[in-house]
Order: sequence, then C-alpha cells, then structure tokens
Amino acid sequence: MLLRLGSNLARFVLSLCVATIAVFAMMRVLPGDPAVIAAGENASPQIVASLAHQFGTDRPLVVQYWDWFSGLWRGDFGISYVTRTDISPLVADKVQVSLILVTLAMALALAIAIPAGTIAAVRHNKPSGTLISALSQLGIAIPGFLLGIVLVSFFALRLGWLPANGWVAPVEGFSSFLSRLVLPVMALAGVQSAILVRYVRSAVLGIMHEDYLRTARAKGLSPLRALAKHGLRNAAIPVLTVTSVQFSALIIGAVVIERVFVIPGLGSMLLAAVGNRDLLTVQSVVMVLVAITLIVNLLVDMLYTILDPRIRAA
Amino acid sequence: MKKMFLSRAKNSAGSPASGVNSTLLMGSILVAVVLLSALLSLVFTPYDPVQANPSVRLSTPSATHWLGTDQLGRDLLSRILVGARITLLVGVLSVSIAALIGTPLGIWAGMKRGAVEEVTMRASDILLAFPALLLAIMFAAIYGASTVSAMVAIGLASVPGFARVARAGTLQVMNAEFVLAARAAAQPPVRIALRHVLPNITGMLLVQCSVTFALAVLAEAALSFLGLGTPPPVPSWGRMLQESQQYWGTFPLLTIVPGVSIAVAVLGFNLLGDGLRDKFDPKLGRGKA
Repeated sequence: MLLRLGSNLARFVLSLCVATIAVFAMMRVLPGDPAVIAAGENASPQIVASLAHQFGTDRPLVVQYWDWFSGLWRGDFGISYVTRTDISPLVADKVQVSLILVTLAMALALAIAIPAGTIAAVRHNKPSGTLISALSQLGIAIPGFLLGIVLVSFFALRLGWLPANGWVAPVEGFSSFLSRLVLPVMALAGVQSAILVRYVRSAVLGIMHEDYLRTARAKGLSPLRALAKHGLRNAAIPVLTVTSVQFSALIIGAVVIERVFVIPGLGSMLLAAVGNRDLLTVQSVVMVLVAITLIVNLLVDMLYTILDPRIRAA
Repeated sequence: MKKMFLSRAKNSAGSPASGVNSTLLMGSILVAVVLLSALLSLVFTPYDPVQANPSVRLSTPSATHWLGTDQLGRDLLSRILVGARITLLVGVLSVSIAALIGTPLGIWAGMKRGAVEEVTMRASDILLAFPALLLAIMFAAIYGASTVSAMVAIGLASVPGFARVARAGTLQVMNAEFVLAARAAAQPPVRIALRHVLPNITGMLLVQCSVTFALAVLAEAALSFLGLGTPPPVPSWGRMLQESQQYWGTFPLLTIVPGVSIAVAVLGFNLLGDGLRDKFDPKLGRGKA
C-alpha cells in the first residue's frame, strides 16, 4: 500500500513538473519577449533592453525557467510585468475564494447526483428513473454560466430574494457571505450534478446484478438497504474517477461563473490579467489552476487505494 | 400480422432497445436544425444581423421580427442564424484538429505498446489538466481574442480524448484474427492501421466527434461570453449573452434566445453521440444515457 501511495506521489510530482514546462513554453517562448510587449510598440531599443534586464528576460530561457520553477515551490510567482507588484499575495488571497466556491459546488453536485443517480438506476425501467435520466441530459446541455444568468435574473433581479452578485469574506459577516454564495454554487453544481448522475446511474446499474447483492437480498435486506450496505462502496470507484476528471471542468467553470457573479477569485484575476496582457500573472494563475486539478487527481488516486482493498493489495 | 412481424424484425436488426432510435433521431433533428440555420444564413437572413435600428429596440417577437430585437434594435433571428455559423465553424475545425492529431497518436500507441504508449498516455493525462477553455484563455492572452485561436485551443485540448478512444479501440482490434493474419503476412504497420484498425474503430471515433463537438460549442460560448472569442461585429451566441447582461432582470428575451440556441446545439450533439454509441456498441450504451 505504501508503495502504491509512493508511486501516486511520484507520478503527481512528475506531472506537475511537466505541466510547468508546458505552461512556461506556451506563455514565455511562444509570445516573445515580455519586455517588448510591456514597453509598447513604439518604444526605443534602450527602453526595451532596460525593461528586459529589469524583468530578467534577457537571460537564457533555461535560466528563466529554473528561476520561475524554483520560485513556485517557495510560493513565489515573481513580479507582474504590468502592475510591477508581487503576484504571490494576490494569488494566495484569490485562491481561497475560488476554493470555497469550487468545493461547495462539488459537494452539492455529489449530494444531488448520488441519490438521484441511484434512484435512476434502481428504477431504470420506471417513469421516475427515465425522468431523472432525461433531466440530466437536459442539464448537461445548459452551460453553468447560462444557469447562473437564469438564477440571477429570477431569484435576484425578479424576486429579490438573494443578492445578484458580489463577495463578502466570511469574517466580515457570515450570513451575507452565505447569501452571496447560494446562487453561484447552485449554478456551478447544476451542470456537474447532471453529468455525475449519468455516471452514478451507470455505476449502480453495473453492480445491481452482482452476486453479493443477490446474497444480501436473499438475507432479507430491502433493495435500497442492500445497495447502501454492499453496493455503493463498489459503485464509488468509477464515480470517483469521474469526479476527479470533472474537477478540472469545475475549476474552469468557476472562472466563468466568477464573471457572472462578480466574484473576486482566481478567475477574475486571470481574466483581468488577460485583458492587461499581463503574461506572468496569466502564467501564474494558470499554473495554480492546473496544480489544483493535479492535486485533486492525486487525492482521488489515494482514495482509491483506501476504498478498494483489491487495489491496495495489488 | 405479417406487417407487424416485419417491422419488429427490422427494429431488432437495427438496434436492440426501443429508446435507442429515438435518441439518435432526436439528436439528428436538433443538429440538422443548427446546421440548416447556419446554411440558411449564408444565403438569407431576414435583416442585416449587425444593422442597428434604434426605433425598434427591445421589441418582443412580432410578425416583422419573429424573435424580437436587441438593445440596438438588431433582429435577433438574423443574429441567431449567423451565430450558428460561428458555432459550427469552431466546432467543425476544433473537432478536425483533435481527430487528426489524436487518432493517429492513439492508434500508434495501441499498436506499438511499450514506451510509445506510456509516453503518449502520460502526455495526454497531463494535457487533460488543461481544459479547452483554460487553453483558449491562455491563447487569447498570447495572440489576442480571435476565432482562430479559439478553434486551435479547443482542438488541442480535445486531442487526449481522441487519443484515448483510438488507443482503447486499437487494443481491442489488435487481438482480432484478421489483424493477426495481416501481421503474419508481414503487412506494413501503416497499411494494417489504415486497412484493418481504422475502419473497425470508426464508430467509436464518430461518437467521440459528436461528444467533442458538444464540448466545443460549450467552450466557444463561454469564451465569447468572456469577450475572448470571436470579436465584434460578427454575432456569436456567447457574446449575445454577454451583451444581454444589462437586461437580465428586465428583458429576459435577450438571454433566452441565445441561451436556448446554445442548449439546443449542445443537446443535439450529445444525443447524437449517445445514439451513435448505442448503435455501435449496444452493450456499452445500455449503462449510460
């Protein structure tokens, strides 16, 4: 088991390193010298050269990469070429906002999808099961930001039940923090739960005819009790896989949701940086988003090992 | 009696479950609607989609403007029709990029095995951590917002999906007797790939095309909504949503029209994919949908 966890960890570190190379190559090598971009089109060569020296972009690319890479492990992203301020504290601030949003949305999506998907599987040839499947098909077709707009239009602007947008930190007022979270979390969770329902359904369908469930039923357990006691643990593995794959979709979905609800998270930071052509900030935020995805994948890989004794033994 | 028997026989030959055909049919109809809208917009739109006409701004559907008009008095129907073109253009080109790069990689990995397979699959795992929209936002930061950079980004991000499907299919086909025979006959690998492997995984690849298309439509819509997709004045569904922002509470039509269009396109391609999956692999399809 330790060996397995070790190899999970090794693969994670390797993936993370390759991802840093990919991000660096895309953001730094393709677009050319950031000093030229920062100086503007009509700048004299002297100004460009002094900016390049200031940014450190006049050094070889390998040195620049190593500088950035080693900074990342210390949590140091460098100084923005555009705003000339330190990027790290800003990232640290925004990442909390995004994580709250994404974690709550995933929790809500699972809380909806696991029971709904199980019911859809158990009643797969009854109208209620078909209805759930049809609703999930429809839900997948509605992008999160569109659901967000619909929710804002109706619950905030029409009915006035909840604030339309904005963000209040939990320490500044817990109830206003929560009331501003309801709609964005619902918007993010909506599509995810629709996707997850399909996988929960097919996972539960897949185990419904297993021998151990028949044995449990023969012992006198009701179908749902038998599933809950013996089935869900087995159905959990494929669902976990999808959850980890979907996490990256959720994180990027949050970028758009933050725009709809004017939430100051990593997404807003990323979009503002894109607007300013602040490439180092873009590079840093993208790296953080990718790292979060990889960390979640690592955690899920480790969870498999814990959940399934068969994998543990292997 | 005889007629009934015939129709049943036909049904069971085509597909096992009765719901399967309806999924494929529904998907095909919705996709056809989007496709026809785009084609129609090439030759005819009721009004100029970018021509502002302040005297009729924010009008509800009527005989003159079937879907109403927007905040500048532009005809919504005309804008939706032209928007379908952008949606399909981005979808077709990004799916093509993904299929043309991902499929050969996947077949190669599945035929060669060993280090080639390991490297290809690890690389595609890492690329999976870059969703289409994230890659598109990076491209917009580097090259500026444009339809081309959106298509390339969405296409590249969809490569791993095709590589995985092609590899999985290839692994199955490689054990078939006709492939073993071809290998025993010392046919060159490229010939085996083209003559024996590719035709046998076409079904799976078509499913992947359809599903990827739906994801591309979603990514393009989100990108345009963020203002990083196709630049004005060309109307795109995502930007129509963005422009409706001021009127979310007061004039919902501006949101509903492009919103429903996006949902119809995504639903259509998803249903088409599900229907194709059931058609090509009935065993796999039963658990899903």
